[in-house]
Amino acid sequence: MKLTLKIWRQKNAADKGGFATYTADQVSKDMSFLEMLDVLNDQLTEKGEDPVHFDHDCREGICGMCSLYINGKPHGPQQTTTCQLHMRSFSDGETITIEPWRAKAFPVVKDLVVNRSAFDRIIQAGGYVSVNTGGVPDANEIPIPKTIADLAMDAAQCIGCGACVAACKNASAMLFTSAKVSQLALLPQGQVERKTRAEKMVAQMDAEGFGACTNTGACEAECPKGISITNIARMNREYFSAVVSSENV
Amino acid sequence: MILDSKIPAGPLAEKWTKHKFSSKLVNPANKRKYDVIVVGTGLAGASAAASLAELGYNVKAFCFQDSPRRAHSIAAQGGINAAKNYQNDGDSIYRLFYDTIKGGDYRAREANVYRLAEVSVKIIDQCVAQGVPFAREYGGLLANRSFGGAQVSRTFYARGQTGQQLLLGAYSALSRQVANGKVKLFPRTEMMDVVVIDGQAKGIVTRNLITGAVETHAAHAVLLCTGGYGNVFFLSTNAMGSNVTAAWRAHKRGAFFANPCFTQIHPTCIPVSGDHQSKLTLMSESLRNDGRVWVPATVEIAEKLRKGQIKANDIKEDDRDYFLERKYPSFGNLVPRDVASRNAKYVCDEGRGVNETGEAVFLDFRDAIKRDTRKIIEQKYGNLFDMYKQITGEDPYENPMMIYPAVHYTMGGLWVDYNLMTTVPGLYALGEANFSEHGANRLGASALMQGLADGYFVIPYTVGDYLAQLAPTKVDENHPEFARAKEEVKQGIERLLKINGSKPVDYFHKRLGKIMWDKCGMARTEIGLKEAKADIQALKKEFWSNVKVMGTNEELNQTLEKANRVADFLELGELMVDDALNRNESCGGHFREEYQTPDGEALRDDENFAYVAAWKYLGEGQDEELVKEELVFENVKLTQRSYK
Repeated sequence: MKLTLKIWRQKNAADKGGFATYTADQVSKDMSFLEMLDVLNDQLTEKGEDPVHFDHDCREGICGMCSLYINGKPHGPQQTTTCQLHMRSFSDGETITIEPWRAKAFPVVKDLVVNRSAFDRIIQAGGYVSVNTGGVPDANEIPIPKTIADLAMDAAQCIGCGACVAACKNASAMLFTSAKVSQLALLPQGQVERKTRAEKMVAQMDAEGFGACTNTGACEAECPKGISITNIARMNREYFSAVVSSENV
Repeated sequence: MILDSKIPAGPLAEKWTKHKFSSKLVNPANKRKYDVIVVGTGLAGASAAASLAELGYNVKAFCFQDSPRRAHSIAAQGGINAAKNYQNDGDSIYRLFYDTIKGGDYRAREANVYRLAEVSVKIIDQCVAQGVPFAREYGGLLANRSFGGAQVSRTFYARGQTGQQLLLGAYSALSRQVANGKVKLFPRTEMMDVVVIDGQAKGIVTRNLITGAVETHAAHAVLLCTGGYGNVFFLSTNAMGSNVTAAWRAHKRGAFFANPCFTQIHPTCIPVSGDHQSKLTLMSESLRNDGRVWVPATVEIAEKLRKGQIKANDIKEDDRDYFLERKYPSFGNLVPRDVASRNAKYVCDEGRGVNETGEAVFLDFRDAIKRDTRKIIEQKYGNLFDMYKQITGEDPYENPMMIYPAVHYTMGGLWVDYNLMTTVPGLYALGEANFSEHGANRLGASALMQGLADGYFVIPYTVGDYLAQLAPTKVDENHPEFARAKEEVKQGIERLLKINGSKPVDYFHKRLGKIMWDKCGMARTEIGLKEAKADIQALKKEFWSNVKVMGTNEELNQTLEKANRVADFLELGELMVDDALNRNESCGGHFREEYQTPDGEALRDDENFAYVAAWKYLGEGQDEELVKEELVFENVKLTQRSYK
């Protein structure tokens, strides 16, 4: 396969940035998208040009490090992470446009690399159960209905990649935040701090500059892990019931 | 030098309890006067950082990823072992201890392994309390499965993403301490060196990966939780960024490196598809509970298959060789990883491999789907099947999966004593970065157990014992050793940037990987290893004269990061070869073709090799010195492993 690549190049956070066009030939259908970029980068290096910087690590769809906005979609045409996207999803002669995540709360660091530490700060605001190591009850002390445990697991699968934010016209982080709020609201272990958690995490989300949710469902459609927007509905309920009966903040 | 493992005296089952009691304690009001550095935020690092901060120590946590949640523990699929005996099937702490010692082919310390089994039960309690959504039965209690070579069901799991859920649990505990101000996080920061003052670790040198700034950090103790070195093989199931740099630089500062040749080849990975391949993807070995491993019975049928003249489903039952079930009737498809891997290699070497490259065997779910229905199989392995389809374009519900062994885990690592301290006082190694619990082979679902055991339940006691002996005064960062170490790091970076050769970093990494895989991989020989040593030395020379690193230090520079790591892999590779050459026996993941039973099984030499091979760095280009720690077995009888 031969492809034309239009890639966003930006030297650093202060640089204005712009598209550069490259040609990738000898692309095999079995290559992953990132392997295609690896090959391009080796060619650029041999020519003495700066390779394209992009985030990636596990390359098996679980660490959430890879990003890329490909042809107008986060993680490209398949509902998967970019590292699990293979070139068989593209056709010979195609032009592919590659951009970083675009969101005020995810500033570009270089080329296709963005800073997603806002997500870490949302978790730090309350995405945990406050238990210290040791001194906890036996694991089977509190039975949890399988259906509830399964729902909690559905929400807990979020990999924190930020595709939901990139997909949203408002750059809202509701899907990410609600996945953690839901997981812990569903489980008995999360009950004690249920109200504070919803209030604090939502407050942090707003403080980071993420936009509001207008229920377009774009986040769910693009989430590589299939996190459902019913989590957003659950978080809204959690949040409203917390603020009307707030014992905190 | 004699290595003191500091194993407490007394009966096996009482050692840890006694040791905890005899450890010194730091007064609660004094804990805030001690600083601890934790490098790496995987299961071991995140759990250690969180637990130490909860106790009151000031923690600085470092990771090279953009968030601590991305450490490679996240990719562990199958599960975590614990001797809970919730299934009433005969499990116990002693049995988990025994299985782990035996599975490791008697090359691990009894006392460490027993402690691991002992604290395993508390890990599950801790994770559940954090809100980790483990799989449950309809009655609401925790579900278990049998996993990789165990004859009891002791593995706890969260679908096929157990590592993810455990890491997110530890990450949440860590995040809570960041919010409390007890942990300061340094993401996108790579450790470049350890600062050793008067023989004690007192800090580290780091590089900020965004700005390139080389900085120093002082502390009373340094914990390396930096994972394994499987990427020395270039292709492995490790993340692209997984590296040996932190451990290797510590090694060069005096920490002994133990059993480097003990690497684990995982039997169930997706086969290589071409030269562009950047990593290999593991399919959890839980799949071996229901999948049956086979190849065609004859070379002729295999050839037809490879040429595309027939399909797997066309091959009749009589023409299929379920080689694991045939050779190991009692364990069948559930034999330990090294045995399963080696047998896959043998049938492929015979010419019975099933994909175009001839390096793949089938893992077939046809019978399981017939027995349990597709729905049940979907529930158990849905995400793994999806992943397989995503990568290969083939549907494993219709056609059998193809798998082949790949490098997955490294049992070797920094030598540590019972307290997890390296040979440099104040410098600790936890999780995969140390060598201690898995001997020559790690059992499935034991890595998560060890990472969390070290971080949650061992280090909070042992590091306290060390700190209690130090004065509660700040470590002076103005000591000239800090400046010196920083300067050396800067010079090393400059040296790489100045080479300006003609080949990209991956060119060298791929060649190193091929040498290691061919000559220091699944089967090793004296001749091959000697060749490998010469090959690596030549490659190292070429690297330092012809590598091309673009850009500068003062920016995000992924090529420079990689070059730094590959430079260390080149040195480690040579030590692995030396270690494999020295160990004239076969055990676990180390298989020397000269040493095998008539059946082709690993032949140990307990009389001469029941020791830990710890290597001492002597200087650039010099062969390292071997220091032996004899292994003493007081409780288990050493037997030939048999899974027949």
